[in-house]
Amino acid sequence: METIVFSLLNGVIYGLLLFMLSSGLTLIFSMMGVLNFAHASFYMLGAYFAYTISDASSFWLALVFAPILVGLVGAAVERWGLRTVHVNGHVAELLFTFGLAYLIDEVVKIIWGRNAVDYQIPELLDFPLFELFGAQYPAYRIFTLFVALAMLVALWFILNRTRAGLIIQAALSHPHMVGHLGHNVPRIFMTVFGVGCALAGLAGVIGGNYLVTDPAMAVQMGPIVFVVVVVGGLGSLMGAFLAAMLLGLLQTFAVAIDANFADMFGWLGLSPTSEVGRISIASLAPMIPFLMLVLILMVRPRGLLGDREL
Amino acid sequence: MSDQTMQDFKNLAPSNSQKFTQRLLPLVVFAVVVLMIPMFNPSSLVLTLLNVMGINIVFALSYNMLLGRGGLLSFGHAVYFGLGGYAAVHAMRMIEEASYGDGGFWASYPVFFLPVIGFACGALAGAVIGWPSCRRAGTPFAMISLGVAELIAAAGFMFGSIFGGEEGISGDRMNGPELFGLSLGPISEVYWFIAFWTIVGTFCIYAFTRTPLGKMSEATRDNPERVEFVGYDPQRVRYLVFIFAGGFAGLAGGMAAVQYEIFTPEAVSLAPSGMVLLMAYIGGIRYFAGPIVGAVVLTYMQSMMSDYSEAWLLYLGILFMVVVMFAPGGLAGIVAGLINGMRAEDRNERIGRWLTVSAGGLLAFAGLIVLIEVAVRWSNGYGEVFEPFGMHLPTASALTWALILIPIAAGVGLLRLAMKRKEEGHA
Repeated sequence: METIVFSLLNGVIYGLLLFMLSSGLTLIFSMMGVLNFAHASFYMLGAYFAYTISDASSFWLALVFAPILVGLVGAAVERWGLRTVHVNGHVAELLFTFGLAYLIDEVVKIIWGRNAVDYQIPELLDFPLFELFGAQYPAYRIFTLFVALAMLVALWFILNRTRAGLIIQAALSHPHMVGHLGHNVPRIFMTVFGVGCALAGLAGVIGGNYLVTDPAMAVQMGPIVFVVVVVGGLGSLMGAFLAAMLLGLLQTFAVAIDANFADMFGWLGLSPTSEVGRISIASLAPMIPFLMLVLILMVRPRGLLGDREL
Repeated sequence: MSDQTMQDFKNLAPSNSQKFTQRLLPLVVFAVVVLMIPMFNPSSLVLTLLNVMGINIVFALSYNMLLGRGGLLSFGHAVYFGLGGYAAVHAMRMIEEASYGDGGFWASYPVFFLPVIGFACGALAGAVIGWPSCRRAGTPFAMISLGVAELIAAAGFMFGSIFGGEEGISGDRMNGPELFGLSLGPISEVYWFIAFWTIVGTFCIYAFTRTPLGKMSEATRDNPERVEFVGYDPQRVRYLVFIFAGGFAGLAGGMAAVQYEIFTPEAVSLAPSGMVLLMAYIGGIRYFAGPIVGAVVLTYMQSMMSDYSEAWLLYLGILFMVVVMFAPGGLAGIVAGLINGMRAEDRNERIGRWLTVSAGGLLAFAGLIVLIEVAVRWSNGYGEVFEPFGMHLPTASALTWALILIPIAAGVGLLRLAMKRKEEGHA
């Protein structure tokens, strides 16, 4: 019971963090067809910017300004980089972001060093919020939960209740039509790319001190973000939300389960000393996202809630 | 009238001499260069570098069968390289056991032919993994290849008996029957082994592009719908090409197994997959020779530049971005553009533009080097100072920043000027 409640809480928070990270990419991917390899790098930039800003002033300023900075960097990348490459097709764009991820990694290593930086939880939130089954639950995790939910609501409101959101939604499914109606589609692209990167940056601000802030964080998160976007489906934020929650819960539960293959398949005659029998469920946790990715692409290329195929 | 059209078609076909100079001659020249190298008595350091180049040439060419010829962007090509290599290392161990033990099939199998084992295993892996991944091209293919690569990389640390865990699996190449009088002990003898398989691999991959299957793979890249109308199954064409590409990657893996005598799970991870993508793309995926150029240049950078600068990965990233943004044809495309330009009518104008572009590029690059080198030294925090050509460039001096900003500004200005002129020329 204890494990289930804790895994549920942690899984939901991890899932929300994943959703924050990938919602921007879902927007970008659905609208521009660009599977941004560097998306997780913007997440990393967010964490590092937040580290520097909170070091100089306070965490709360970082919470506001780091995502904005990341968004500006993203918009600049779109304006002066991606747009040039756009004429050469989607593969060239994908490769551009692939190289960009490489570059951002190296630049981060130069500016902030190769080791993890000491990006800490703000003192105001550094206390146990409540006690569950004798174990304390840190307040910062619940704060993460609320920031993610606030972002979710804000995103939903902007997309569904404002004029700008309607134009973006229209551009998601019919970019040419939106262009014909006289909207400046390149500028919409730039804005969406910037906002998407800013969302990733926000995830970095929140996740950087929840997890670890080091130059490897982009490489660790990058492929998982793709999984969320692809499994969720093209053009569907709801799908991305579902996929992120599913992934978060599956991964945290897999880590929590103390069993190996022999325990599960012992009735088939699998011995606990054999190589396959010794594999524990917990060690499979990092593989789950990619298993999901491959299976979904094979069985249902549209993703969970996607409105069209990749 | 119809005679006229027939005539035109006939004229389009290359003549025998064109066929010779465009198809056979480059291969022969390549082979002769490879075979001539030992005559200059290279040091063992150079030989090791050349061996790695040979391995990477075959690997990058096999990758280009997918990306350049088939239009399939793969992020997990090292899987087939690694699996082929692992198979070869395991075979090497079996040769060792058999030759000291009771003999049998493996006792009579020469180490020289281990790349064949690698090819078979890589092709087998391609046949198994390719089945689900080749149904669609484009982004789904890229994503499946990424997922599969992550899965195999994770499995690499899970199955110790196959992948050997963290420390990998090692063998000894000096066992079994000797072929061509090569014991494969010293690096100079391994060179002949690598040279042989590099030439064989290059020749076979070139031959593959001339087969009907190779031609159909290019057609499938350009227009799968039309290929279907003509009566071919694009999915099957992709699948077959994928198997061959996996096989040749496995061949390169087998070469690497003999060269290094060890394979670790790192070999199937994402990093080498990304590296081979960089090699093929920087070299130029639209040209057969492109990946060869890319493999040679990047291998050289990998082993030599890492001595000069810690930030060589950053330079590599910049090179890649510049190629993606401004020279989609890669290095081979630049060379081809130069050669074609020399024959064009507006030759003088083009030469002028090239000179402006290269001057601008060099200036900007020089400024960038100063910036990066100063930044790297500042980042290390040892108080080391960047001192090119006897100059003293600490972080806080005005001279340093002048040397960074002025060349970059001047270079970018020249590049913009060249671009503007080109647009005017077209208009």
